[in-house]
Amino acid sequence: MSLGDTLKPFSAWKHLFKEPLSVKKPLTERPGADRYRGFHKNEIDKCIGCGTCEDICQNAAIDLVPVEGIDTKEGDSGLRPQIDYGRCCWCALCVDVCTTNSLTLSNEYTWIEEDADKFRFIPGADNKSWDHNEKGWKKPENNYEFYALERVEMQERHAEERVQSFIEIIKGYSKEKAQEEADRCVACGICTATCPAHMGIPEYIKAIREDDMEEGLRVLYETNPLPEICGRICTHKCETVCAVGHKGDPLSIRWLKRYIADQVSLDKYKEILGSDGIENNGKKIAIIGSGPAGLSAAHYLSLMGYSCTIFEKLPEPGGMMRYGIPEYRLPYDQIDKDIKYIESLGVKIQCNTDIGKDITLAQLEKDYDAVFAGTGLHLGRSTRIPGTEHENVYMAADLLREITMGKEIHVAEKIVVIGGGNVAMDITRSLARKQKEIYGKVQVITTSLESEDIMPADREEIVESREEGAIINPGWGPQSIEIQDGKVKGLHVTKCLSVFDESGRFSPKFDEAQKDFFEGDMVVESIGQGADMSYISEEYKDKLEYNERGRVVVNKEFQSSIPWLFLGGDIIQGPDVIHGIANGHKAAIGIDNFLRDK
Amino acid sequence: MSKKDKNKLFNWGDDRSLFPENNPDGSIDIDLSSHKFVKVWHGPQHPGITGNMSLELTILGDEVMEGRTHVGYLHRGFEKLMERRKYIQCFPIVCRVAVPEPDFNEYCFASAMEELTGIDVPETAQWLRNLVLEMSRLQSFQMWIGGMAGALGSGIVGQWANYCRDSVLDRFEELTGGRIYHMYIIPGGVRGLLPDGFKQRMEQDLKMIESFMKDIETVMFNNAVFKKRTVGMGYIDPLWVDQFGITGPNARAAGVLRDVRIEYPYLKYEELNIEPVMGKDSDIYTRADVRRRELLQTIDLIRQILAKMPNDGDIRAKTPNVLHWKVPEGETYKRAECTRGEYGYYMVSDGSEYPRRINVRGPSYTHAVALLEKMIVNTNISDVAGLMVSLHTYPPEIER
Repeated sequence: MSLGDTLKPFSAWKHLFKEPLSVKKPLTERPGADRYRGFHKNEIDKCIGCGTCEDICQNAAIDLVPVEGIDTKEGDSGLRPQIDYGRCCWCALCVDVCTTNSLTLSNEYTWIEEDADKFRFIPGADNKSWDHNEKGWKKPENNYEFYALERVEMQERHAEERVQSFIEIIKGYSKEKAQEEADRCVACGICTATCPAHMGIPEYIKAIREDDMEEGLRVLYETNPLPEICGRICTHKCETVCAVGHKGDPLSIRWLKRYIADQVSLDKYKEILGSDGIENNGKKIAIIGSGPAGLSAAHYLSLMGYSCTIFEKLPEPGGMMRYGIPEYRLPYDQIDKDIKYIESLGVKIQCNTDIGKDITLAQLEKDYDAVFAGTGLHLGRSTRIPGTEHENVYMAADLLREITMGKEIHVAEKIVVIGGGNVAMDITRSLARKQKEIYGKVQVITTSLESEDIMPADREEIVESREEGAIINPGWGPQSIEIQDGKVKGLHVTKCLSVFDESGRFSPKFDEAQKDFFEGDMVVESIGQGADMSYISEEYKDKLEYNERGRVVVNKEFQSSIPWLFLGGDIIQGPDVIHGIANGHKAAIGIDNFLRDK
Repeated sequence: MSKKDKNKLFNWGDDRSLFPENNPDGSIDIDLSSHKFVKVWHGPQHPGITGNMSLELTILGDEVMEGRTHVGYLHRGFEKLMERRKYIQCFPIVCRVAVPEPDFNEYCFASAMEELTGIDVPETAQWLRNLVLEMSRLQSFQMWIGGMAGALGSGIVGQWANYCRDSVLDRFEELTGGRIYHMYIIPGGVRGLLPDGFKQRMEQDLKMIESFMKDIETVMFNNAVFKKRTVGMGYIDPLWVDQFGITGPNARAAGVLRDVRIEYPYLKYEELNIEPVMGKDSDIYTRADVRRRELLQTIDLIRQILAKMPNDGDIRAKTPNVLHWKVPEGETYKRAECTRGEYGYYMVSDGSEYPRRINVRGPSYTHAVALLEKMIVNTNISDVAGLMVSLHTYPPEIER
């Protein structure tokens, strides 16, 4: 120790004459850093109320609550996050996980309030001074994601290979791929709310993650007795609203459903689903039509102990699923697998039986306790433009049915298809395969009134049709079919500017200056289908109520004004498979309610 | 009583005849009914320690006969809590285990998860992690300087050190979005690149800190009072290092190399020029000096990191969906060198979405409980605070 050690500490005095390092009013004068994790903001219109913020919050500081002025609708739960600042730790995981990027933090951090309850608030709905503060924490960039945004690619047959035959295009996921895809799910349940059948989608996706196919199958059958079919051709409204789809690709919910069904063999179904030994309650139900609605109703009714008989006009059961959807999308053996299980529950399917001709509805009323009709839309609609009466102008529904039945159909070298929906794509691609087989090349032009961005067909159908060689040329209104020397020569079209008017009603507008001619020896119309209700004889027709569109009016349980007659499926709602399944299920509950006390 | 008698009563000098005799194991029999001993509670609120911890001292005169560490004032049950949280939900918790130096928790937790899951963290994220860990060491050393100076009555050094620390916290704020709980090192990577102008501002701060460190060296380390109260005080025998599990500057001041960064390099330390900071006298002064030099080393390391790190790139690896991240079955121990020594996380996974067991190895547990209880015997009560701070302990990490 030296004298220096005594004197040197006094050098601290040199700071006496420097500016003070502290600030007088730290609360008012110091803004947070640009990235500061301050108070919450929420773009309330962008938010979909998926609740992943609530799930990830380890303090349970976030609750999803209803907000005035925000309605529950498809893809939006109608709820919004409420944050309790008595619990929040400002980790901002809620921001990082947010599926829509609507939730962010401002860089403000002072808030003085006398009432402690005010610190529980709904960002975005309760106006705050920091709502328009641009600074603060946002989800980091540079590949910072809490779940994969890209869909696990599905293996498909190459266009050149698939156009050669009607073999199934989609190969299905392997276990690893399915689990990888299932891992992307945030389990918000927006899909469940949107699915017409309200399938337990997050639950069966969880079963895939946990490799528990038996549980997966049980979840599927709770609301959908046709998983092999739906897993292939469902219109997947769930995927349209998938929360993950806001920032990335929506989950392949449909393919995941198919994966579960594909993993379990039919002989294990009864054991897994516990559907053995159901006691018969002695009541009999007649079901007209073996499409998705009829099969679904039969399935759930037999689980409740009813004896069900399905009457099918065509030689094989399945309705439009078999006779409307081409085999390359939905192989027949997969339809058979779902139907065989339903048959194993005791459901009788009587094919080649035309209700109204072979058996009358009056007879069914007499022999059965209730009747469910899910007869579908099998009658093709015509554009009724000049030339449609020609024999080489066909209806898509008729051709598709005949292809399934194995009948020889007329296939011209050049074909024009009118229609922009999935059925139009089905017939386009089926005819492309037939042309390839007969002529070795594809020459199909498909045109629709709708422009490409509003074509009702699934995007992948349009893309795949093109890959297979068909020309999709949308945005044209068919005017007339050119017939020369008794032969079809092609289709005259005019440019369609818009399909709907301002109020959303069908009112196409054309640009007469823009015309075109699509050459073809054969024209197929696929602009929609209608119902054949001729099996309902006059005595019943008058007792039924109809809405302004001519459809039979049914109640929430699909019961018509004739109490024993229930109707569902495409003739009531849809048209698609999943609505049919949902209708069949609800009608089964309705029939049970109707008959239980009788 | 004459002045001479007073001296006799209170200043025993080398006369130990009034003290009870030691038992063969070194302990003493304390008979409180003899009225020779007094029980004194040192803490739980005491400026000599960061956080709440209490020492139950039994003193005779002004000499400590026995000291017992009492903890529990900060117990939040984090280790148990984590067993009921999904892995990602543990992420906001772990930083709270050691409040003044949270980043080591984040790093050890994240790297344990990554190792068990088999994830490689992107290069940029590794550099950023390394930067954050060294920044954390820098601010933690500053906090310690403030505590050490404060415990020995030098308030001005505490003010300077805290100003320096605040400037590092400013940089933390702009990089991580938080000043104290950074929540930056997330499983899979980090939560952001360096903001624009960060390097320049950091360099300004480092220069400012270096300037203050010169003042601190003059005022604190060349200080008769400081030297009188620290030189030769609180000796740690090098033999104790392994017996007690002493790590960090406490071991290095005793001449024993215990530095995870050098012995078991992690992140980018192998690419950095780093020499161990050693001492040999193993007293409070040496430990303080080792920490001062290590602080300067940390400044140098931050400069090296900022010069070598890439400015852009991915900041987070592709991981399983965090909402249901299942860590494969297994166990691991990940460690890092914090300002107090070896910080480690032992993680056991049963393959589910929830950790089966997480055990936090904070150096304070060893230093503040076992070691302090041994060292405190026969110290003067006025030196207890200085001794405690010289071990640099953070009670929150004792109570996980």
